[in-house]
Amino acid sequence: MSNVSVDAKDSALNAPQQDNTRRRFLTVATSVVGAVGVAGAAVPFVTSWNPSAKAKAAGADIEVDISAIEPGQLIRVMWRSKPVWIVRRTPEVLEELATHEDQLRDPNSEAEQQPAFAQNRYRSMKDEYLILVGICTHLGCSPQYQKDGAFEEAVEGVPNGFFCPCHGSKFDMAGRVFQGVPAPLNLVVPPYQYVNDTTVIIGSEAEAV
Amino acid sequence: MNAFLNWIEQRIPMMRVANMHAIQYPAPRNMNFWYVFGFLATIVLVNQIVTGIWLTMNFNPTSEGAFFSVEYIMREVDFGWIIRYMHSTGASAFFIVVYAHMFRGMIYGSYQKPRELLWVFGMFIYLALMAEAFMGYVLPWGQMSYWGAQVIVSLFGAIPVIGPDLVIWIQGDYVISGATLNRFFALHVIALPLVIVILVFLHIIALHEVGSNNPDGVAIKHKKGSLPESEKTKYQIHEYYTSKYDIADDVVPFFPHIVLKDLVAFSVFLFVFCYIMFFAPEMGGKFLEHPNFEIANPLKTPEHIFPVWYFTPFYAILKAVPNKLMGVLAMFGAIAVLFALPWVDRGRVKSWRYRCGLHKVNLLVFAVVFVFLGYLGGTPQENWKIIASQVATVLYFGFFVALFLYSKNENTKPVPARIPK
Repeated sequence: MSNVSVDAKDSALNAPQQDNTRRRFLTVATSVVGAVGVAGAAVPFVTSWNPSAKAKAAGADIEVDISAIEPGQLIRVMWRSKPVWIVRRTPEVLEELATHEDQLRDPNSEAEQQPAFAQNRYRSMKDEYLILVGICTHLGCSPQYQKDGAFEEAVEGVPNGFFCPCHGSKFDMAGRVFQGVPAPLNLVVPPYQYVNDTTVIIGSEAEAV
Repeated sequence: MNAFLNWIEQRIPMMRVANMHAIQYPAPRNMNFWYVFGFLATIVLVNQIVTGIWLTMNFNPTSEGAFFSVEYIMREVDFGWIIRYMHSTGASAFFIVVYAHMFRGMIYGSYQKPRELLWVFGMFIYLALMAEAFMGYVLPWGQMSYWGAQVIVSLFGAIPVIGPDLVIWIQGDYVISGATLNRFFALHVIALPLVIVILVFLHIIALHEVGSNNPDGVAIKHKKGSLPESEKTKYQIHEYYTSKYDIADDVVPFFPHIVLKDLVAFSVFLFVFCYIMFFAPEMGGKFLEHPNFEIANPLKTPEHIFPVWYFTPFYAILKAVPNKLMGVLAMFGAIAVLFALPWVDRGRVKSWRYRCGLHKVNLLVFAVVFVFLGYLGGTPQENWKIIASQVATVLYFGFFVALFLYSKNENTKPVPARIPK
């Protein structure tokens, strides 16, 4: 018995003289192939968490008739289950936008929160109609539309705007965020296009002309 | 009978495990009431699992059906209301006993060497518990379920580059929807309970390997051969422990001594638990928030959004920081820093009984600040609260900074070699 164990010890001591390259290569190769297999097997589990085909279909473009919106009125429509606001701004409201730009975080809309066509003071394609995703950029609450002086309570001298009741973020009538609030960015402008004067499609932009 | 038991024992070590981990486990004899919360947490865990299984039998995890199936359980299933209230009150009770259990660990230095991993496993349980409670709160699909989920899931959107896509991946839709509800249901009833049970198992195994701490922080296990026979315990302690160490006569066997103590605590706990369950299951809107009695409406945010009370301290930290990414980092940092506690504290003396006065003050301030943050995070936003929560956030992290600094060369009292009589 003891002889056997001595023999085993001897062979273990001799081991370094053996060529282990082949064994090491096989170990590494097997491990790598195994890891690739595990990663491959994980793919269906991870990607099954993505929105399903049904959810994606529900995320398709929507068509909205805007002919009946009164000046100053806000209508809400659902796009990708998100509230989208369409506000018809009066000329006074449009003039207001220039008066408080020193109080805004990003008055020129430099952060990419809008399609290129909306990177202007009014953040819209047609000045009169403001189209926004009505979800606060802080933590996803839906801000309230405060008009005709009601917003003065939030920002002095600005009669119209959007106020988020969750954490007090404030936005002006172009969805631009005020300084000193938790929301970091302006409200998102969704991609949209007008098919005629009274119909807008939300969800896609017109092909570049 | 004996022959039958032997037949079993030879095939699976039932008695050996029972003796080693309960009947003959050496527990310090000076364990006080702070030591009952681990036992209570186990009881609550069993309560959550049993009532949870029964709730699953009638719950419908879809955005159309969830809210009404909860009403159905409350109104039409025989005793459905008691099972649901046991579950919802159990959730809050879980956090009460876990917070007490953690504070016990902090005042008596139970996280210190050699119990670092024990503490870390405990923190993982706490983390899993928070995820479990959050997802459970989404299931009734009321207004607060929906908007609470919206706020918490949006936190991941603060991560640079991958944030927005990650949020869509978690939600399974472009907003919180039925898909989100359904996967949270799966995680809440299968994945996380399994994780928690496994972690609790590891927590107990780690505890029994290093041994229980006690209010004096005095070791009960001594080097083999270092104690005279007269100072060794007279109780029968499992040989797993006695073969490696000399166990001082500072211990009692876990059964029946500690078990009976725990059962007394359990009966007191039941009084409080049943009172809340029967007379105040909503706890004035703290355990079950009022907006949650209204079905989820993605187009209307409730006027004030609060998480349930046990998350409000961290929510206050999130709100205290005026920058989104920094706020999220501060909030997760507040939890992460607790993981690091065994290494933040560089002291050698465990119990606050023998540590410097500053340490006692520091611990008490920390406890008060934590409760105050909870108040700030759970009440409507006001201007003074922004400043207050910023101050409290600094104090929260200040506990760890101060501890790290003074624990290196701390002026401690002499620790007795044995548990004082």
